Amino acid sequence: MSVPIRVTVNGAPHEHEVEPRLLLVHYLRDVLRLTGTHVGCDTSSCGACTVVLNGRAVKSCTMLAVQADGGELTTIEGLATDGELHPIQAGFKEMHGLQCGFCTPGMIMTAWQLLERNPDPTDDEIRHGLEGNYCRCTGYDNIVKSIRHAADNR
Amino acid sequence: MTNLIGQSVKRVEDKRFLTGKGRYVDDMVLPNMTWAHIVRSDVAHAVIKGVDIDAASQALGVVAVFTGADMQADGMNGLPAGWQVDFKNGDTMKEPPHPSLAVGKVRYVGEAVAVIVAETHEQAVDASELVEIDYEELPAVADVVKATQEGAAQLFDDVPNNIAFDWELGDKAAADAGIDAADHVTTIEFRNQRLICNAIEPRAAIGDYDESREHYTLYTTSQNPHVVRLLMCAFVMGIPEHKVRIVSPDVGGGFGSKIPNYAEEIIVTWASKRVGRPVKWTAQRSESFLSDTHGRDHATKAEMGFDKDGKITALRVKTHASMGAYLSTFAPCVPTYLHGTLMQGVYSSPAVHVDVTAVFTSTVPVDALRGAGRPEATYVLERLLDQAAHELGQDPAELRRKNLIPPFDGSDAEPGFETKVALVYDSGNYEGVLDKALEMVDYAALRKQQEEARGEGRYIGIGLSTYIEACGIAPSAVVGALGARAGLYESANVRVQPTGKVTVFVGSHSHGQGHDTTFAQLVGDQLGIPMDDIEIVHGDTDQVPFGMGTYGSRSLAVGGVAITKSVEKIKEKGALIAAHLLEASADDLDYADGQWTVKGTDKSIGFGDVALTAYVPHNYPEGLEPGLEFSSFYDPANFTFPFGAHIAVVEVDTETGVVKLVRYAACDDVGNVVNPMIVDGQVHGGVTHGIGQALLEGAIYDDDGQLTNGSFMDYAMPRADDLPRFETSRTVTPCPHNVLGVKGAGETGTIGSTPAVVNAVIDALWPLGVRHLEMPLTPQRVWQAIQSANGK
Repeated sequence: MSVPIRVTVNGAPHEHEVEPRLLLVHYLRDVLRLTGTHVGCDTSSCGACTVVLNGRAVKSCTMLAVQADGGELTTIEGLATDGELHPIQAGFKEMHGLQCGFCTPGMIMTAWQLLERNPDPTDDEIRHGLEGNYCRCTGYDNIVKSIRHAADNR
Repeated sequence: MTNLIGQSVKRVEDKRFLTGKGRYVDDMVLPNMTWAHIVRSDVAHAVIKGVDIDAASQALGVVAVFTGADMQADGMNGLPAGWQVDFKNGDTMKEPPHPSLAVGKVRYVGEAVAVIVAETHEQAVDASELVEIDYEELPAVADVVKATQEGAAQLFDDVPNNIAFDWELGDKAAADAGIDAADHVTTIEFRNQRLICNAIEPRAAIGDYDESREHYTLYTTSQNPHVVRLLMCAFVMGIPEHKVRIVSPDVGGGFGSKIPNYAEEIIVTWASKRVGRPVKWTAQRSESFLSDTHGRDHATKAEMGFDKDGKITALRVKTHASMGAYLSTFAPCVPTYLHGTLMQGVYSSPAVHVDVTAVFTSTVPVDALRGAGRPEATYVLERLLDQAAHELGQDPAELRRKNLIPPFDGSDAEPGFETKVALVYDSGNYEGVLDKALEMVDYAALRKQQEEARGEGRYIGIGLSTYIEACGIAPSAVVGALGARAGLYESANVRVQPTGKVTVFVGSHSHGQGHDTTFAQLVGDQLGIPMDDIEIVHGDTDQVPFGMGTYGSRSLAVGGVAITKSVEKIKEKGALIAAHLLEASADDLDYADGQWTVKGTDKSIGFGDVALTAYVPHNYPEGLEPGLEFSSFYDPANFTFPFGAHIAVVEVDTETGVVKLVRYAACDDVGNVVNPMIVDGQVHGGVTHGIGQALLEGAIYDDDGQLTNGSFMDYAMPRADDLPRFETSRTVTPCPHNVLGVKGAGETGTIGSTPAVVNAVIDALWPLGVRHLEMPLTPQRVWQAIQSANGK
């Protein structure tokens, strides 16, 4: 059984017939081939799959594709404009906020929401805001600095 | 463009990761690809009486179902250990067969029993529910000490008491005498708990057999694709290397768990030939917990003797090290040559003896985990030193200082330090890092604050750790003599293109370390050309000549030197071409800023012109081969020995047992530094990993061999708000035996941090009577320790 869905992803409209059990992250990765959004766990713990749906950061492994029907999504692929890195992306580069890069898209989408809600966060607020995202490489220190850098340069 | 070495150049690889263009194995889709799902044992120890695959084979979308019998019938051998460590008495290490899919018995929860190959991932998972395995369950044993005791479950018929091998190093008689003669003996007995690497990218593999060429391609999440090819071809599958290509593209962290040659790599490669289509497998996280190799899992008793002046008289260590149910690639070497050999530490102990028993248990196989053996050794030493300082009523910094090996630079005048446990340290200034770390935190003021806080009923603790580690593994002749079944050199090909652009093919693999940047800095600096003109290629056995891969902090100290050797050859040949074009003698040329110049003149020629001439050799030195490309292999003369001093400051809430890490200061000496930003990043990550072990992490098996915390919901790892901002600094003591003077920075943090944090907590609680805590220092454990100490 398949169900029709219609979504806008990074500004582009898409219509597909999907299995009701298809997770949003697999829709993005396997159907749309937007592989920048990653799967790091199966318990909604790591945040590598974080995307923005209708202006809110969501863990796309914890939603079904059908739940996103009619929605507007932004993934890591949609953040840079005209080849210019988004200030958050630039912040991560500037402050060495990434190493292996696997958690990075989720971190950046989480940071996007964090700065939307709180444009001038303290370091503690940034750390609190990243609680849903695991990074095993950086020790988070440079991620905090990256987001601070983005806040200062938005 | 020159003087790139030592600059915090921003990473060139970042853009693809920041824009979602990283290319990891799970991102790849091949034409006509199938999906594999692996059916794993849910019991820890059992005879497999039968595997019924009939229903699964008939399920929707299923292409094939295979069991261990199929692989065995096809001549597939078991997975090999990469090291052989024999018993003390000379008996050969016990190395029972480790089939990719279980044959006859299962020995840990998670062991692969069957594989479903289907049109889609979902269909493969659905069909796996239909596989019926008839187990005759046997008793299991997950605990490393219990496994050696009488009456314990026996995992293999011919491995008495589950002992894979025993091993010792150092002079036992001297250590016994030193302990006996000591005025004070400090004893600790503890577990260095089992950890799980948990790189955020789960492992994945795609096998792709091309029948027309009888050629296999394996895409896999490996830290060392050439090593995987070597083991797969030579030991497991019996296929020649020229018929196998292994590609490890972007890999999302390794930390040791992506070193071994895994069953799944064999399964998809073999199955691809059987089904005639590409076969892809990606681990779910719950599978990662049950199939990625684990780390640590030692039970240790250690004694350190001191004379009346506080000088160490001897160290005696006895460790039981779990191997898990089978011997993984590096497993035998981790608790022996990466652990026992580090027991000298930075101290001039006159006698050291280490005794290790390696034990099979009904658990996931154990292998390297960031630091691999060296964190375990450092934990022994640094806990002993701090414990002894408390017992002797001395300051832990001063007790360490009294025992430190004096500075030496490795020159003829100040030769390397020969330890009592088989190593010769290259160069060191251990007091230098200690002083600098103490200065970073203003140690005297901190002690005063601690005293004042105690007056207010607040428990602040200060923990030290002065560590050394062995990196850059290492001389092939040495490791060969110690049981390595491969060499441990590195190789690099530097190819100058006709336009003067440079492609570097290197056997070191980057999975977060930033090689694309560091190596380009190195080559750019050495050739005096812009980094933009240089591309680093790694992770493909068809492109890179050979390689032993990335682990043991060896990429720069071994791989970087291999690159440098090739660059030197290019400069030598380039000078011959330049000399011809400039009508001068090569000896009369200087090379700087990408140009050869005739000494004392303004006659010069650029690197690009020389490169073009090498490929368009119309006006060319007689007898010289065209082209400008060299491969080199570098086999180091010794290990490298980074060292450092770390200081943790904690505050313990004695009402709740919660430990708050207030400050963390690290002063490391990794020799010369190419990119300080990247080295700091490595230190941050390493320190965090070590803090995780101290405070949060630990795999918990029950008596039936079930992993009880096999998910990210249950296995705690450091999150952003568990950690303070890190304070880092460095001293620089160059490595004397490689041309770059570099030592390695990937593991220092992990090695230094775990004991620093635990020492800090015990320092905080010493006045309350707490003398010992087992890791991880969870609030419950800390609270209980405070309660029972109060009760005394």
